[in-house]
Amino acid sequence: MNSTQTIKGGPVTRLLLNDRGGRWFLGCLAVGTLSVLVLNLLVPASSPLHVSTYMVTLLGKYLCYGLLALALDLVWGYCGILSLGHGAFFALGGYAMGMYLMRQIGDRGVYGNPELPDFMVFLNWQELPWYWQGFDQFWLAAVMVMLAPGLLAFLFGWLAFRSRVTGVYLSIITQALTYALMLMFFQNDFGFGGNNGLTDFKDILGYDLQADGTRAVLFLLSSVALIVGYLLCHGLVSSRYGRVLVAVRDAESRARFLGYRVEHFKLVAFVISAVLAGIAGALYVPQVGIINPGEFSPIYSIELVIWVAIGGRGSLYGAVIGALLVNYAKTWFTGAFPEVWLFALGALFVVSTLWLPKGIVGIVEPLINKFKQRKSEPVMQEVVDHG
Amino acid sequence: MNVIQRLAALVFLCLSTTVVALPEGLSEPLLSKQLLKGSWSERETLAHHLATSQESSSIQLAELWLDGQLFVLKSNQTFVLTQKDGRKYQLTNLATGEDLGLHKKRAVKKVPLNNKLRKILRNALSVRDLQSTDTELRRTAIANLLGDENPESYELLKTASRTEQKRELKELISSGLALFDLKNGNEEQRLSAVQILGEANNSVVYTKLQAQKAIEQDKDVLAVINKSIDDIEQRRKFYGAVENTFFGLSLGSVLLLSAIGLAITFGVMGVINMAHGEMIMLGAYTTYVVQSLLPDHIGASLFISLPLAFLVAGATGVLIERTVIRHLYGRPLETLLATFGVSLILQQAVRTIFSPLNQSVITPEWMSGSIVINEMLSLTVNRLVVIGFSLIVFLGLLFVLRYTRAGLTMRAVTQNRAMASSMGIRTGHVDALTFGLGSGIAGIAGVALSQLTNVGPNLGQNYIIDSFMVVVFGGVGNLWGTFVAAMGLGIANKFIEPWAGAVIAKILVLIFIILFIQKRPRGLFALKGRAVES
Repeated sequence: MNSTQTIKGGPVTRLLLNDRGGRWFLGCLAVGTLSVLVLNLLVPASSPLHVSTYMVTLLGKYLCYGLLALALDLVWGYCGILSLGHGAFFALGGYAMGMYLMRQIGDRGVYGNPELPDFMVFLNWQELPWYWQGFDQFWLAAVMVMLAPGLLAFLFGWLAFRSRVTGVYLSIITQALTYALMLMFFQNDFGFGGNNGLTDFKDILGYDLQADGTRAVLFLLSSVALIVGYLLCHGLVSSRYGRVLVAVRDAESRARFLGYRVEHFKLVAFVISAVLAGIAGALYVPQVGIINPGEFSPIYSIELVIWVAIGGRGSLYGAVIGALLVNYAKTWFTGAFPEVWLFALGALFVVSTLWLPKGIVGIVEPLINKFKQRKSEPVMQEVVDHG
Repeated sequence: MNVIQRLAALVFLCLSTTVVALPEGLSEPLLSKQLLKGSWSERETLAHHLATSQESSSIQLAELWLDGQLFVLKSNQTFVLTQKDGRKYQLTNLATGEDLGLHKKRAVKKVPLNNKLRKILRNALSVRDLQSTDTELRRTAIANLLGDENPESYELLKTASRTEQKRELKELISSGLALFDLKNGNEEQRLSAVQILGEANNSVVYTKLQAQKAIEQDKDVLAVINKSIDDIEQRRKFYGAVENTFFGLSLGSVLLLSAIGLAITFGVMGVINMAHGEMIMLGAYTTYVVQSLLPDHIGASLFISLPLAFLVAGATGVLIERTVIRHLYGRPLETLLATFGVSLILQQAVRTIFSPLNQSVITPEWMSGSIVINEMLSLTVNRLVVIGFSLIVFLGLLFVLRYTRAGLTMRAVTQNRAMASSMGIRTGHVDALTFGLGSGIAGIAGVALSQLTNVGPNLGQNYIIDSFMVVVFGGVGNLWGTFVAAMGLGIANKFIEPWAGAVIAKILVLIFIILFIQKRPRGLFALKGRAVES
């Protein structure tokens, strides 16, 4: 890029100036979202171009996964923290939203109790537990969506980073964390619906969850959340803070000796990432219509790592692409060859780590660069390799 | 579970098809006619005759009669076994075992029974059991009389006390007699009775004492009763703690078995093997395959499975090391992901080859049952065997690492790869062998675990997190740390369980480890020295 040129435009333009991949990504995402919405709402159902509401919901689900992958890439790709428990933050956000949706059912549940959700009536509970109070207010649920995962990440990260738990140890205890949470949420006495989780939602903010319009808006919101999340993460990693973060990833001791409080940098990234994961969960639950303790299971959290690894670790949009691709593959495989899916997923893990250390982005980007270079500068410049 | 079902089926078979010969001198129609039509006093004579007879067939008649299960088919006056099938009865000839088909309710008649007959039969049968040479039969007979308030029972116990030789049974009888004295004796007798009862371990004695405590008028006796109850409760607590420790050790040895292979691959080599659980699963499936190939040699199946499981899992481990892990040394996070992929593939492979359902693995005869220490404490044999087995494996591994040439080279490569390589050790081979050893031990663990839990595709997954916790908690690269951590966590788990429940106990232990790692990031027994920081 030409550095002598004065930079014009708002903060977003400035942010994306050096991020060609990101510009393409956001452009495609925006165009894709709008065209899906148009094809769903304006094109009649009889037309072959019509996109069904089922498809819109499915895509909305993928976008939530994309946001989750983005959140993980922030800590794994830029900070070197391989969290095997990010599913926990996602599920916590989902549960916070699920609690609000549960309260919205009101007396339309099977038992018709205006105050208590069905499962509590079933368990013979007489009154709402204290931690369910106030969840009939959307604003509280919205705050909790961010607060619950954020707080957990803060506590956990504060303890872990301060005592310099790093690398695989950190990965294993994050896995233990989500495993412990899963066991807890499976308990009926814990007050979150036990095995069955929260489901049977009716409406959100007064709009019917089954209606096409609501689905479309939720899809749009997921897309917007992903775009905003991307801009935020990109802003973070391209700031001075982000450079230190990368330094911490590559040489933690050196960064510490240079006088940076490494644990603070890590903690900030970890908490922001957890909050993003929580938001993703909150958008996911109304679209899918259920949240249960299975979301906490360690295998989901590891699967999520593979989305990022496939897409390309350390390039934010790569993580999103990986999430979309792997989940599309999963939907297709589990429909067509359910037996083969785990073989394929397992092979993806092995292949991506052995031969694709930078994921899909790592293959595609150099190709594009080469192509561009040849176009703009026919004479090859000598490249000094520092490797 | 399985074994119990089998046993139940066996018992049922015996009950329903045993062919009964009749007592001498009495033809079957004659006997049945007398039983049905005779007077009550005639029946009493017959009852006495049947129950005191030496013939096992007569005894069976008496037992059936006492249970109200003795029926006569009216048409030909034979004894039949009945089984209700809808409104009708499915009949079997008692003497010949012949299937007589479905009959109406009216076709059979139950041999009448009243309280007096019950008493005669029960007493006579008890006497017989009390004099039996089989200790277990005597024990049940005495236990049945315990707390019974009939004077006849008292007499029976008295008679038995004169002939009984076995110490524990003598104690049981004396506590039975003491229970009578407590109810009916004079003050002195009652005082000494309560003292005797304070030493009993039987639960009936405890409830009887509690009941007596509520209604006791005499202050002196009451004081002694309280003391005896305290004594019993104290012993209960003690044996409860012993039992908990036993369960804890048993859980700990399971943890040790599943974690010890990991302690080698993770601890010694620094390789995160997420497919470790699947190695355990392979071992368990090897046992299943061996048992289905040799259904007639279940007793020996475990001994055949052990080396086979070691080979199968070890070979798989070497294969994984050579194809995947070799390329990822020094990149622990990538190793973690790749081996996780391998674990998914192995799981799905087992699901495709066998089935997604759990497979039943049979516990051999010599491993079932339990050792009764006393009435408050009995230890199951399979758990004892697993505890012993885990110790053997642990010590064996320790020996291999410390005193064999292979172990020496392994340690050398671990401590300083470059130096070992310059000394002529082929590090690549050593890596593969070490990984194979760790995986093989996981396979052996699978054989042991197949005796305790369900064998299914998810077997490994259930143990992987626990195993990692044990290794991390114990301190990486230290087998003794793994040992202490496994046993410690096992016992802690079992002691939390009674007041918090199994799941909460597990969660608490997990949280404890998470917090512990914050305090000592390198585990209980951390390696010291330069190697740590590299």
